[in-house]
Amino acid sequence: MKNRHLLKESIEALLEKYPFLGAFFEDNKLEVEGSGHLTFPEFLQGFDREAVEENAMDLESLEEGLVTYVEQMLSFLGLDREEGVWELTILAGRDKSGNPEGFDEITIRRSDIVSIVGPTGSGKSRLLADIEWTADGDTPTGRRILINGETPDKKWRFSSGNRLVAQLSQNMNFVMDLTVREFLELHARSRMVEDEEAIIGKIIREANHLAGERFDPDTPVTSLSGGQSRALMIADTAILSTSPIVLIDEIENAGIDRKKALALLVGEEKIVLMATHDPSLALMADQRIVIRNGGIHKVLPTGDAEREILAELAEMDSYIADMRTRLRQGEKLSKA
Amino acid sequence: MQLVTVSGPPSSGKTSVILKSIQALQSRKLKVGVVKFDCLYTDDDILYEKAGIPVKKGLSGSLCPDHYFVSNIEEVVQWGRKMELDVLVTESAGLCNRCSPYIKEVKAVCVIDNLSGINTPKKIGPMLKSADIVVITKGDIVSQAEREVFASKVHSVNPRSITMHINGLTGQGAYELSTLLHDGKENLDTVKGKQLRYPMPSALCSYCLGETRIGDDYQMGNVRKMEMGDGHEK
Repeated sequence: MKNRHLLKESIEALLEKYPFLGAFFEDNKLEVEGSGHLTFPEFLQGFDREAVEENAMDLESLEEGLVTYVEQMLSFLGLDREEGVWELTILAGRDKSGNPEGFDEITIRRSDIVSIVGPTGSGKSRLLADIEWTADGDTPTGRRILINGETPDKKWRFSSGNRLVAQLSQNMNFVMDLTVREFLELHARSRMVEDEEAIIGKIIREANHLAGERFDPDTPVTSLSGGQSRALMIADTAILSTSPIVLIDEIENAGIDRKKALALLVGEEKIVLMATHDPSLALMADQRIVIRNGGIHKVLPTGDAEREILAELAEMDSYIADMRTRLRQGEKLSKA
Repeated sequence: MQLVTVSGPPSSGKTSVILKSIQALQSRKLKVGVVKFDCLYTDDDILYEKAGIPVKKGLSGSLCPDHYFVSNIEEVVQWGRKMELDVLVTESAGLCNRCSPYIKEVKAVCVIDNLSGINTPKKIGPMLKSADIVVITKGDIVSQAEREVFASKVHSVNPRSITMHINGLTGQGAYELSTLLHDGKENLDTVKGKQLRYPMPSALCSYCLGETRIGDDYQMGNVRKMEMGDGHEK
């Protein structure tokens, strides 16, 4: 630990320099108020044996923990300011039977959308895990992942703050008992964004733009409809998540404008991977990865003929959406 | 043989995580066995057996489960050696969130889940705070934001650990964990003389010894009273 000098500074000075330490003290249940003039080790010495036992504290590891926490947060914040990830490359490995995959390499850039198709159990989870782990020929597929054209730093594997991949899936729910605003505040704070209010306002605006029905910032997240929840999750992931890559596992076509949702993610310069069997979603991608028997069978660009089909599908979707709206409004349905 | 101690709150997904990681270890031709510690009941041993994994179970019954663990761990290690295991995994539930069965210089993994609530990392003691690897499960059913907030809470109580997200159903992430569990460097013959990472709570009162009656007259030994205030507060 090179930054042991932190243990010689007063808590006051530390908090001044590293405001994020507030969360460290709070989560470790350390009441530092009124002890600002002490160094952290001096503060810890204030606990007698009984208090240490009572609270199951480990003084030594708290000291080291503080230093490590500051180091990691600094690198986390520093990384935020850097350019970050602008492209991801997958180098081919092999499928479950050991045969080479049906492509050599695929590079996906910021604001690209790639869809992933293939039967359940064909290896979609494995592909995602390879990306998240930045596989280096050391996973069962033997694939390699490059970031910005290079073998990535192993920090992507172990850092808790900088996950490479954010996931959005059909089964996801909100479980916290908070209103939309409180929920976003909590997330924003964990990310230490500077202009909390502005970002929260933007997320709510965007989510309402995606959702069929508007919601209020004071609605509990657990009371949102399916469409509203998905809209909020997507807007939040697009705007507030640090992860440069977003993996979507289907977006149900109800209560949310999926085209706008993808546009929002792309607009926030995410690399979007989308597992789906819904043709109107799959064809929105620039190319699609076909998975079979644990390996990538082929990579197909979305062709012109397919784009024409996409336009037809969009018409059908809007026909269904129109019927849904009229049904909801209590109308009797009839052919146009 | 390498020893790995896995613990975590009940129903956090320990067994699923261990099963999926063992599959990955087995694919590397390693022999892995499990010893499952629990208090009153477990049928997880059947799951391990079904997967062809050598398994023993220990139920602590009327004893404190973690005390029971420490009193038996050396015998467990010797069983693992006799079975010629490459990796021996012990699994135990952290029942009161206070103790941890971790041993110095022995890899310690804590499994907790996203559904357990945002304040859970604060509530769990050395079991979470002194683990080398923290595995967070059930990420597939909560939102990305909740996953990120939960991970940041874990990070602030145990910044030195490696945090991993594992899906116990699909096994996503388990292969990666398995590479951290067996590095081939460690060869353990005995845990005699090793130390626990954190002392267990000291308590010996009349209730530990089988007293069932309630009231001051029956309370002896290490007894402490709650502060209920002076009776004037509303």
